[in-house]
Amino acid sequence: MDNKINKLPHSFFNWGSLSDDVMPIWMQEAVKAIMLPIAGLLFFLFIWAAVAQNINTSLGEFPGPTKALEQFQSLISEHNIEREKEVAFYQRQEDRNNARLAEDPNYEIKIRNYTGKPTFIDQIGTSLITVLTGFLLASIVAIPLGIMIGLSKNLYAAANPVIQLFKPVSPLAWLPLVTMVVSAVYTSDDPLFAKSFITSVITVLLCSLWPTVINTAVGTASISPDLLNVSKVLRLKPMTHVFKVVIPSAIPMVFTGLRLSLGIAWMVLIAAEMLAQNPGLGKFVWDEFQNGSSNSLGRIMVAVLVIGLIGFLLDRIMLMLQRIFSWDKQAVLR
Amino acid sequence: MNATNKVINPILELTGVGIEFPTPKGSFKALTDVNLKIAKGEMISLIGHSGCGKSTVLNIVAGLLQATEGGAVLEGKEVNEPGPERAVVFQNHSLLPWLTAYENVELAVKTVFDKSKNKNEMKEWIEHNLNLVHMGHAMHKRPDEISGGMKQRVGIARALAMEPKILLMDEPFGALDALTRAHLQDSVMEIQKDLGNTIIMITHDVDEAVLLSDRIVMMTNGPAATIGEILEIDLPHPRNRIELADDAKYNQYRQQVLSFLYEKQRKVEPLIKPTKKHNRVDKQSA
Repeated sequence: MDNKINKLPHSFFNWGSLSDDVMPIWMQEAVKAIMLPIAGLLFFLFIWAAVAQNINTSLGEFPGPTKALEQFQSLISEHNIEREKEVAFYQRQEDRNNARLAEDPNYEIKIRNYTGKPTFIDQIGTSLITVLTGFLLASIVAIPLGIMIGLSKNLYAAANPVIQLFKPVSPLAWLPLVTMVVSAVYTSDDPLFAKSFITSVITVLLCSLWPTVINTAVGTASISPDLLNVSKVLRLKPMTHVFKVVIPSAIPMVFTGLRLSLGIAWMVLIAAEMLAQNPGLGKFVWDEFQNGSSNSLGRIMVAVLVIGLIGFLLDRIMLMLQRIFSWDKQAVLR
Repeated sequence: MNATNKVINPILELTGVGIEFPTPKGSFKALTDVNLKIAKGEMISLIGHSGCGKSTVLNIVAGLLQATEGGAVLEGKEVNEPGPERAVVFQNHSLLPWLTAYENVELAVKTVFDKSKNKNEMKEWIEHNLNLVHMGHAMHKRPDEISGGMKQRVGIARALAMEPKILLMDEPFGALDALTRAHLQDSVMEIQKDLGNTIIMITHDVDEAVLLSDRIVMMTNGPAATIGEILEIDLPHPRNRIELADDAKYNQYRQQVLSFLYEKQRKVEPLIKPTKKHNRVDKQSA
């Protein structure tokens, strides 16, 4: 039988000359799945390069893809140099201490930490740790809260105005308050965490709480009445009811909330770091902006792309977790 | 009808049951003065047009709804909350979709026999009940992996596994195709013959009612629905649908139910429900 697709006029998606006779369908699909995203990215790079040439700023021409790549390589090599310095520092310190010990066995050795400036890679690490801490704490608060609110119509009615009020608040509005409160409350001579870290985490928490609370509550409240009847007929104990019936039923919605929350957490964190001068990618961007060298814009562009890439990867990881934990394997997840 | 009073030692007794639901326009009386006695081991069908309150009666017996007048008494105890001794088979199976067939039955068995069965006995009992409904081969499949008929079989196994004093079935086969329905009806007949369960079943299907029941309770149309007639089906068990197709008595019973539903309690539902908009248009044109 003739394949009808061949007789149709070739559209953009049909890949012109690659007809069915040459390539089996599955291979065409695979080529599409790989080539189309690459085509999209190439198109973006082209536009970027074209537009960048025509924008002149006080810091020179707007960085195009080549400039950004250059800066990326230089950031990596700076990181490597810094690591080498660090290793060398500890080596020198150890040598010195050993020498002193050889002279005087009673000498009490002093170990100082290396205090070089954090590199781009270090800042990525700091940001990731901060966002995950804030997100985890937010989830620990939001999921049980959402379940409680979802279980009771009255509680839902009472909590709803508060949630709706705080949901749209920008992190920038919270930040001064959080900073002041943390400075006042978190006082310790030997703090386990830096104040800046606590401030960032709390800001992230306050902003990323709401999507998980709302989605969990909706997921809990929209459990099928038939399943509630089953639970009633079985006279399940309240805890069994919640863990065996309510939570599994709400899981898909909980994950929807968690994914939204993580996305918000990441966006909020960058803003918080920028404004509050907390270590992390946001601070990197801000420092480069203040620095104002001819390389700054290129470096900021690298940071922008890395922030985007990390945000994308975080979302993929959540999607993977959802696939593992959700019973609804047939749901289409994107 | 005096068939109601024939039962001497009833396991379940409904006396003067009525229910009113509050609505924004005042209270709505759905049921009134329902009296019914059911003997142990009896299979009762409730039949009537949709909206006549069949499900309401069942839900009152199940304890999912509270009668506002009269009440239901099961083995001398008044029913006022749901419980596993009145297991329900729901119309759309109501299996927990994240559990396998086995785990769905297990949830019921663990709750009901928490103290009286040990782990091995529970496992045996779960498997026994799944085998009873011919689901032994697919007991570790999740609901989305099995057909509608199979899901309903698991639903029945779950209800049977609670060892209920009375089994309540709310249009259990309503959502199934005719062939699957016939298979499941045969299964229910077989199980009832073996276990002697007391069953109340809601149905829309006249053939199903006559084939399965000892008595058919026919309900009048709502609002304020009540029992219209009770028809005793005096056909020997086990019943065979093919032999009965030519049976004069069977056809006479069938005819009696049909005549109740389509002559005495004829319900004319308009094809298009009149809405405010329609009314306005009518007025304007008039």
